[in-house]
Amino acid sequence: MPYLVLDKLTKRFGQWLAVDNLSLTVEKGELISLLGPSGCGKTTTLQMIAGFLDPSGGRVTLDGADLLAKKPNERGLGIVFQSYALFPHMTAAENVAFGLEMRNIPRADRDRMVKDALQLVGLGAFGDRYPRRMSGGQQQRVALARAMVIKPSLLLLDEPLSNLDAKMREEMQIELRRIQRTVGTTMILVTHDQAEAMALSDRVVIMNKGKVEQVAAPQDAYDNPASAFVANFLGRTNLLQGTLRQDGGGCRIDVAGTAWPVAAELPAGPGVLTVRPEKVTFVDGAGVPGLVRARVFQGTQWLFEIQTDAGPLTVIRQHDGQILPAENERVTVGWRAEDMRVMAGTAGGA
Amino acid sequence: MTAVDSQNIMDTGPATDTAAPPPAEPERRNWAPYLLSLPALALYAVLLLVPLAMTFLLSLNSFGFYTGIQDVWQLGNYIDIVTDDYFHEIFLRTFRIAVLVTLLCAVLGAPEAYVLRRMKSPWRGLCLLVVLGPLLISVVSRTLGWALLFGSTGIINTALMSIGLIATPIEFMYTETGVVIALTHVLVPFMVLSVWASLQRLDPQVENAALSLGAKPFTVLRRVVLPQVVPGILSGSIIVFALAASAFATPAIIGGRRLKVAATLAYDEFLNTLNWPLGAAVAILLLIANVVIIVGCNRLIERRYKQVFE
Ligand SMILES: Nc1ncnc2c1ncn2[C@@H]1O[C@H](COP(=O)(O)OP(=O)(O)OP(=O)(O)O)[C@@H](O)[C@H]1O
Ligand SMILES: [Mg+2]
Repeated sequence: MPYLVLDKLTKRFGQWLAVDNLSLTVEKGELISLLGPSGCGKTTTLQMIAGFLDPSGGRVTLDGADLLAKKPNERGLGIVFQSYALFPHMTAAENVAFGLEMRNIPRADRDRMVKDALQLVGLGAFGDRYPRRMSGGQQQRVALARAMVIKPSLLLLDEPLSNLDAKMREEMQIELRRIQRTVGTTMILVTHDQAEAMALSDRVVIMNKGKVEQVAAPQDAYDNPASAFVANFLGRTNLLQGTLRQDGGGCRIDVAGTAWPVAAELPAGPGVLTVRPEKVTFVDGAGVPGLVRARVFQGTQWLFEIQTDAGPLTVIRQHDGQILPAENERVTVGWRAEDMRVMAGTAGGA
Repeated sequence: MTAVDSQNIMDTGPATDTAAPPPAEPERRNWAPYLLSLPALALYAVLLLVPLAMTFLLSLNSFGFYTGIQDVWQLGNYIDIVTDDYFHEIFLRTFRIAVLVTLLCAVLGAPEAYVLRRMKSPWRGLCLLVVLGPLLISVVSRTLGWALLFGSTGIINTALMSIGLIATPIEFMYTETGVVIALTHVLVPFMVLSVWASLQRLDPQVENAALSLGAKPFTVLRRVVLPQVVPGILSGSIIVFALAASAFATPAIIGGRRLKVAATLAYDEFLNTLNWPLGAAVAILLLIANVVIIVGCNRLIERRYKQVFE
């Protein structure tokens, strides 16, 4: 039985539809990421689950019980706010202790748990510090400790690592993952960092304009995007405009004079072919001809901008000693048919 | 002076990120700030410092019923005030009233500001107008209204007697109770505004955070909201205290000649007894007492909240 169910959740601000009929089920112990462009309704969704915003429609159930019937202070959720929302008049330790106090944990246990929690986020020496005297990243970690120390069964994390440096972020990611595995905490994580979502989540939810575009395991969403929006949003992708044709052998798409077989049955007419930059290779035989406009070294890889008749194409090649074309060189590029996705329509309509 | 002090307190509030300015080059001094504040400084000096200095000098003169004001320098007036029980009582009453009014204003004004903040758009503006109303009406007509309302044949006493709650009218006129009630009414807007300002700085998500951690709404109020508006309550208290201790019109009308406070005492010495030097000494003592109390409180608050709100 699913643990958390969002059923046609809707939020309107006046005329503005911030969250539009959002349905989602989360299993117990699952870590789900909400991904989407700024303003697509991620925070609004979390705030409705937490009870700080009243939904305009829809239902939320947690463990079979109607969550919307409960007051925010009875829901027992752990929340890390996008703005941290620390208590400015309390020290870091007092902030972390607050939730334990509300649960009437005895003093000695409380002190130990607070100490452990602060240690965990690398702030063991900062317990006496007031939030205003801490850096943004330190405040964020206090917020994280405050939400985790009460050991909630559902943890809502609104960009909880956005202000941390790369190393600290990685440590916190590992920590979140460990808590999720060992304690079995269900987590909903909002993040702008796709790598973070890919690395941490069991499933990702890609949102756009208040709607869910796709819910899938990270690799699935990346390899099999459900829409051009998802393909474009998750990592880089190439969108090539072509023409869909039906001939004897089945469906084909013509791109810049080259025909590619299409597995799905699509109506004849305009079509869009998407392929990830790292799946594109330089080939000797048949393929799409083009001109290398630019090549950029990015440390572990090379990035190429190639001008083709079907539009610009980005290619990423590993920096592993292979011989690569120079700028302004004429090349032919290709990819395996199973690495590309084809959708009917035009690229602009996506 | 009041405004300046309260401003100090406001400044200790949050959002004052004190980044040290780069050290100014010694030879190119920037005169613009001084020039810009020159008119205000001139006004301040002419209208406040000069009269104050003259009042002080006057308070050192002596006065005789037949000789008038004598141009001698002595501390006789101050010694008179400090040693005479009559003056003690008046000064004590003045500060008793000021303290009571301050407490009442805090107790009434802080919740009022909180409720106002929680109101929805059209009501909030309307209620704010009602709260600030007393400031928009002349102090004389407002206080006279109080006198009509609270007089022995006033509406309240008549109503209470007609429903049989009291047999004889409650005395509000010429009593300390009356003065305290009227002053509270007049000064509560200052408290509301001051608390309102500190409530505006409150992040609503912080209250939500407390709720999410399992705090009941009342606990949120007590543990999260109240401590954050304490600086606002304290700075409001300082404004109210200063205004209450030096109030003239309200005690003059409600308290009358029988119930004197320091301000009405000084007035009477000036205009009825014509003992200007004594009146000046009363005024100077009131000023000194006010400054000492307010600066002392300000220090205390600053020390207490420096850590938290800087
Ligand atoms: N109180 C409000 N009144 C009106 N509109 C609002 C309100 N809160 C949010 N919105 C709108 O709802 C939409 C969704 O906002 P939300 O905060 O959920 O975005 P988000 O996905 O969290 O964005 P970000 O990634 O930038 O945090 C936005 O377009 C925003 O302008
Ligand atoms: Mg957000």
